[in-house]
Amino acid sequence: MENSGKIHKTKSDVAFNIVVYGLASIALLIVAYPMWFILIASFSDPSAVYNGRVFLWPVDFTLLGYQEIFKRGDIWLAYRNTIAYVIVGTFISLFVNLSAAYSLSRKDLVGRKFITLFFIFTMFFNGGLIPTYLNISDFGLLNTFLVMVLPFSVMAFHIIVARTFFQNLPEDLLDAAKIDGCGNLRFYFIIALPLSKAVIAVIGLWTAVGHWNSYFNALIYLPRAPELLPLQLVLRSILVVNQSTTMWGGDDIAVRAQQIADLLMYSSIVVSTVPIMLLYPFVQKHFNQGVMIGAIKG
Amino acid sequence: MGVKAISFFNSVRKNWGLYLLLAPAIVLLILFTYKPMYGITIAFKDFNTSLGITDSPWVGFKHFERFFNSFLFGTTIRNTITLSLYNLIVAFPLPIIMALCINQMRVKYFRKVFQIVTYMPHFISTVVLVGLMLLVLSPSVGVAGLVARVFGVDPVNLMAIPEAFRHLFVWSDVWQNTGWDSIIYLAALSAISPALYEAADIDGASKFQKLLYIDIPMILPTMIVLLILRSGNLMNIGFEKVFLMQNSLNIMQSEVISTYVYKIGLLNMQYSLSAAVNLFNNVINFILLITVNQISKRVSNSSLW
Repeated sequence: MENSGKIHKTKSDVAFNIVVYGLASIALLIVAYPMWFILIASFSDPSAVYNGRVFLWPVDFTLLGYQEIFKRGDIWLAYRNTIAYVIVGTFISLFVNLSAAYSLSRKDLVGRKFITLFFIFTMFFNGGLIPTYLNISDFGLLNTFLVMVLPFSVMAFHIIVARTFFQNLPEDLLDAAKIDGCGNLRFYFIIALPLSKAVIAVIGLWTAVGHWNSYFNALIYLPRAPELLPLQLVLRSILVVNQSTTMWGGDDIAVRAQQIADLLMYSSIVVSTVPIMLLYPFVQKHFNQGVMIGAIKG
Repeated sequence: MGVKAISFFNSVRKNWGLYLLLAPAIVLLILFTYKPMYGITIAFKDFNTSLGITDSPWVGFKHFERFFNSFLFGTTIRNTITLSLYNLIVAFPLPIIMALCINQMRVKYFRKVFQIVTYMPHFISTVVLVGLMLLVLSPSVGVAGLVARVFGVDPVNLMAIPEAFRHLFVWSDVWQNTGWDSIIYLAALSAISPALYEAADIDGASKFQKLLYIDIPMILPTMIVLLILRSGNLMNIGFEKVFLMQNSLNIMQSEVISTYVYKIGLLNMQYSLSAAVNLFNNVINFILLITVNQISKRVSNSSLW
């Protein structure tokens, strides 16, 4: 097929290739450069960044920004909190959503249509911010660890995707297991789940990335719990709230403090983003498959 | 009814394990998603914390009228719609174009690098994205200042220009998600039968013709489903990014319904007004989704349900 394409290569095809690779190269540069800039700036001397000397490689290499992170107790606490939310939250979410999804994938489940609708409805309608907040407050869950991992762990979309996956398991499997006297619970835990690593990986990654990156729930439900704050809220105060990079003035000590604060922005971005990016390659091979399932059944 | 009920109970007895597996999700949804829907009634009441939701006095549409008459009504609605329409128009077609391009890449190494790099920004959090924008666009330390100095013009702080807010919001979204959103189209493209291309080759079709007459028609159903999903969320512009990008300078361009609901509700403690604004938004959204879904059912036979 490739060969016949080459034989027929015409002028218009060459022009077409130039357009495709040209556009792609420009897009590649636009996407990659800001990330690259942050990375090299985090290893560069702040005054070199300020003077615009940092362009392609780190200038006056330094680890000062990373040393500064080690000194910040709040960052480490927040880091630890976020890791706990990611692990506990992903575990709860996976258990709850996969179990529901498996049940809904079974054609012999009476009431299946109604229950599915019960889940899907929550994708498009909810009580809104204040009623939900008052409800959490009524349960006494404000400013607790639990509010970050339990109340909002049900994800209708994840259930639909996992259900579609389970529906594709061969039916003979269940029939054979039933003949051997295997109950529904045992079949789910011992046979269905081990065969579903792809969908577990995909949904697990979605959930973990969501937990790692979100700040909304913490902003709303942890108003008076500084010891429970996740990384993203601490990052917010470092990166967004205290933005004052426009002016450098005052004496040498003030300038130095400002320089270190700037450097901290670059290094904290790197430290908070690299771990979650590294997760992706591990589950990548399952990924296209998972997205496909989602695409087919929306 | 009686027969149905009996068959339901028989089924529960026979398949109790399945209902047990469903239980955690259902209980959580009832407690934390459905129960607050009852709380929506405070939009029609003068909510008083000491009286609770049930005993607070009914006031009808008072809070809705307050919202419709407030000077922020027009502003928030206009900002919400402009922002999401602009985002839809730009951010919808670009992943399609990107997927069509990736699909044409025959240099394997380039294709792989391209995909990995363009997927990466998807994993960046909203906080970091906005922080990155502030740094990169900063006139003193950022790339923007650098570029300005190279061209010998005075660097401007884009984040401080109210009119720039919209463009920054939409194009930073494009930067972050175009690669990731193209995956779904790429999956659809990879499912196209090679026989179609072989037939086109025999007819002497050029690459561009194959793209135009095979690739695009074949991914049209995927495009329609995603368009419905996106249009159904038209009034649901995300809170997280807008809230972080807001500052006192751009507030008249950047105040959208979700940020307004947060401010009057949680910061000013006007619970009932906030709930009313929120409900108004949710209802419009719901109507939009159903309408778009119906239209697409008629026109193209593709729909969500």
